[in-house]
Amino acid sequence: MSVPTPAHGAAPPDDVAPAEAYERVRAGVTLLDVRDAAEIAAGLPAHATHLPLCELERRIAAIVPDRARPVLLICASGRRSSQGAARLRALGYDQAASVAGGFQRWRTDGLPVARAPGVPDDLDVERYARQLTLPEVGLDGQRKLRDARVALIGAGGLGSPAALYLAAAGVGHLTLVDDDRVERSNLHRQVLHGDADTGRLKTDSGAARLEALNPSVQVTRVAERLTADSARAVLEHAHVVLDGADNFATRYAVSDACVELGIPDVHGSVFRFEGQVTVLWPSAPGGGPCYRCLYPEPPPPELAPSCGEAGVLGVVPGVIGMLQATETLKLLLGVGAPLVGRMLQYDALRGGFDEFDVPRDPGCPVCARVTRVMSNG
Amino acid sequence: MTDVIVRVPAVLRPFAGGADELRVTAGTLGQVLEQLAARHPQLVPRVLTPDGRLRPYVNLFVDRTNARALQGLATVVPSGATVSILPAVAGG
Repeated sequence: MSVPTPAHGAAPPDDVAPAEAYERVRAGVTLLDVRDAAEIAAGLPAHATHLPLCELERRIAAIVPDRARPVLLICASGRRSSQGAARLRALGYDQAASVAGGFQRWRTDGLPVARAPGVPDDLDVERYARQLTLPEVGLDGQRKLRDARVALIGAGGLGSPAALYLAAAGVGHLTLVDDDRVERSNLHRQVLHGDADTGRLKTDSGAARLEALNPSVQVTRVAERLTADSARAVLEHAHVVLDGADNFATRYAVSDACVELGIPDVHGSVFRFEGQVTVLWPSAPGGGPCYRCLYPEPPPPELAPSCGEAGVLGVVPGVIGMLQATETLKLLLGVGAPLVGRMLQYDALRGGFDEFDVPRDPGCPVCARVTRVMSNG
Repeated sequence: MTDVIVRVPAVLRPFAGGADELRVTAGTLGQVLEQLAARHPQLVPRVLTPDGRLRPYVNLFVDRTNARALQGLATVVPSGATVSILPAVAGG
């Protein structure tokens, strides 16, 4: 684009390096940050005034009434501030100049950064910027996620993608429950672990990966297999449980404990090219089944081969685990319609989902008794 | 009697000649299973007990509704319906 000629015919001022700009600002020169509001959430140069480029001409006179005074402009990398400086010079601000390299270089050069006005100091707003802008999340929702406690049963095919996305989303407290160690045959689907983790406890390798992804997440490691006796104690502080276990005994133990605790059990399971996902939560408004309502008894071993025996396409637990993570975030945020009383069945080969109604069993030996006790207060 | 599509889950396909979908003509869910038993004798024992009740680790859905919430095997199957067999799977 063409750059307007300075009004008085003088050569336009050169771009100014960030360190030099900072010196001038400290000496009283006005520094305008012309980035958008969303961009300054992570902070802006110390002493800068926020004036988005689109409002430059309209508001400049109120901020810098004297056109003879020098003005510095900064953006993310230096391009928009350069255009802005030219536009100001066209208005008669002959001393308008751009900061070379923008805010990126400002930060790399270690210059001081100020908090943007109206931005809270208790959230990493830059990290979560793209979901903070969703009205369904916002600052309140992000704080809910930060304060949330989710227990993941299994750090395997389902738990891996779920844990990664929950940590990335800023769920503040994750408990990984798994007694297995990483084997090389896990790695095609258990993306929480890497080749160098072979032989490590999955809870250790998973916690390290999650903390590297998002250091603000606290990961609790429980390197044991949940049983009917231990499940309640391990899960009692969780707001939501995400079940990605690989055996029926653990799944019944998890479901029974969740019924007793009155918390949702986000259930996922896979077999070869197929997967199921639902939210088991009998005490939810409107109710829903527990695992025993759905399947009162486990199948015999010949009809229940594990992934190890039957094989599984690695992406299938990826799809199902991600749906579990999605349902978990919805529950924590209190948005949307949870998969309570409904089951999604995914068939990768057919390339389709089916949805089934899964009602509560009023005669269920576990949830009918517990929810009756709860409703009686 | 109406045409019905039966979806066979992966875990039961070895007992259904490898088919993922079967077509039968039947009026009730019980008749659907009779038709399946005639063609694939090994399949139905995995779905029903020897005395003809639904096994506790399998659900049958007529379209999206669980047969347990309808009339069980006496449920009338509408024309063009899809019957889905969904056994419990535990893989994680």
